[in-house]
Amino acid sequence: MQGKCGLFFTSYRGEAQIFQSGFQKLMVGLFAAVLIAVPLGLDNYLVSVMNLIFIAVIGAVSLNLLTGACGQISLGHGAFIGVGAFAAGQCSLHGVPFPLAILSGGLVTALVGMVFGVPSLRLKGIYLAIATLAAQLVLEFVFLHGGEVTGGSNGLLLDPPQMFGFSFDSEIRMYYLLFAFAALSLLMVSNIMRSKYGRAFVSIRDFYLSAEINGVNLFWYKIIAFGVSSFLAGVAGGLWGHYTGYISGEQFNIGLSITYLAMVVIGGLGSVLGSVFGAVFLTVLPEVLNVLANGLSDYIPAITQRVGAIQHGVFGLVLILFLVYEPEGLAHRWRLIKAYWKLYPFAH
Amino acid sequence: MEYYLQLIVNGLVVGSIYSLVALGFVIIYKATKVVNFAQGEMVMVGAYICFALTVQFNIPFIWAFLITLGFSVLLGLAIERMVLRPLIGEEHISVIMVTVGMSSVLKSLVQLCWGTQIKVYPQVLPTEPVMIAGLPVAPVYIAAFILSVILFAVFSVFFKYSRTGVAMRATAFDQQAAQSMGIGIKNIFAMSWCIACIVSAVGGVILGNINGINSHIGHLGLKVFPAVILGGLDSLLGAALGGLIIGVLENVCDGAARQFFNLGGFREVAAFIILVVILMIKPYGLFGTKEIERV
Repeated sequence: MQGKCGLFFTSYRGEAQIFQSGFQKLMVGLFAAVLIAVPLGLDNYLVSVMNLIFIAVIGAVSLNLLTGACGQISLGHGAFIGVGAFAAGQCSLHGVPFPLAILSGGLVTALVGMVFGVPSLRLKGIYLAIATLAAQLVLEFVFLHGGEVTGGSNGLLLDPPQMFGFSFDSEIRMYYLLFAFAALSLLMVSNIMRSKYGRAFVSIRDFYLSAEINGVNLFWYKIIAFGVSSFLAGVAGGLWGHYTGYISGEQFNIGLSITYLAMVVIGGLGSVLGSVFGAVFLTVLPEVLNVLANGLSDYIPAITQRVGAIQHGVFGLVLILFLVYEPEGLAHRWRLIKAYWKLYPFAH
Repeated sequence: MEYYLQLIVNGLVVGSIYSLVALGFVIIYKATKVVNFAQGEMVMVGAYICFALTVQFNIPFIWAFLITLGFSVLLGLAIERMVLRPLIGEEHISVIMVTVGMSSVLKSLVQLCWGTQIKVYPQVLPTEPVMIAGLPVAPVYIAAFILSVILFAVFSVFFKYSRTGVAMRATAFDQQAAQSMGIGIKNIFAMSWCIACIVSAVGGVILGNINGINSHIGHLGLKVFPAVILGGLDSLLGAALGGLIIGVLENVCDGAARQFFNLGGFREVAAFIILVVILMIKPYGLFGTKEIERV
């Protein structure tokens, strides 16, 4: 917990609050109000970017729970998101109502995640990373050869989601749906982090032997971490599938897993706010490069064909630069900025 | 039966390339404890540099090959100095992610310079197949195999008898103790990246001679993991054997899947299923050092 000047707590309850001061609550309320009002003034393209950000936020925060808080490096998150997308998609195609389809997508993914989490009891650090890499590649193979369940290389086509007779068939309507889901996920993870489970996760990350000696059941908590994280990943996948209306196995490749890990690292390991920063940053970055390339295409015509490679390279470069110069991520920088303005005229 | 014999021979050839790449991986891991996700991209860069020198600058192959090796030394030094050294002592995930970022950068540079089309190497070796045990095998495959064996032998001797090699092993065993005996840890780290880059470049040139090159060679870097996990992350012999075994196993599994289940593309995952099995029953591999942690 980051202590604040002038805040006193006489109970653990008070200290564990998500929003500790009235000012914080006010600012979060204002921010939410701005987010609700904003799509009315934006064009469709910008709203679609916002929608992708919301989905990325759910995915990133779920991975941050597993990797940042519990210390289990997963290179299979992209595939878990894919499992959720296919499971929710199949439910929808069989006439299950949208909220239930998303929920069952999440549950199926949680189950798959827990199965792939079982090796984590024996494997640590890089060995676990390599095992989850194997999970990623095996699941990718299953997506491509899943027959009717995954549609093989054709993928699945989905209708826009419907809830209580209301169809979410435009970007703006999807915006509010995804906003609600993203806010709920953030709330859920924040609450888990300050519960008994969150403390157990952090203790496992810090040193698993000490955690075990202090009575944390490693197997149970690691499996729970994989389960909860995969559940949210599945929800993100289900939403993504319904949002784009098309799911194919190629979307959920190793590159997606790496992007999500990069979001977590760039944002800040173990920080809920950091996941949001990371998700925003890495979703906006390729779009900005796209716009820049379009702007430059008059002067350098070859640039339009190379935009994919440039995006890839800039992504890698940003990742390296962050790890070398800002290893604690954007969340740390945000704290520094806040501290600076708090004491603004008198820095010492 | 002949079908499977052919699969095994093909597997040995592919496996010898895996061995080479795995050798580079193990040298880095052994000395610096860095898990290098950019190994495949280092192979790719070596292959493209040699291609550019021979085809675009018309340099004779043998000179192009030597210049490529020189370039690999520079690449290794640059990577170690600029990317890995600031991260000494950081957590696993940071080091993994920095090599992942490096692989992105290398791949994108190659795509920007040479595009994504397949490039064909000039023929260096004769194309007439040689008959081995009644099976036709292209000479380039034999060259690949022999070169892997030679490199493996050279590095085994290097690590066992040379002064630098012993210093590298000492660093791998205990960095602090090595440092207090007067070994320059930074030099050792730089040296291991250079060696890994050279070995990878050799692998890349061989690969280019076999299939031509495109920007997806980097995927080879992922295949290294089954090989090194099977052999043990820090064992040279393990890397060499692991590469060969994985190469053979994945070809045979792929052939069996085609024959019995009519399932194509199983090659891509067979090695990783084997990987998971190994991790579950023998996580430190055939020849790896067991890690013991104490509170």
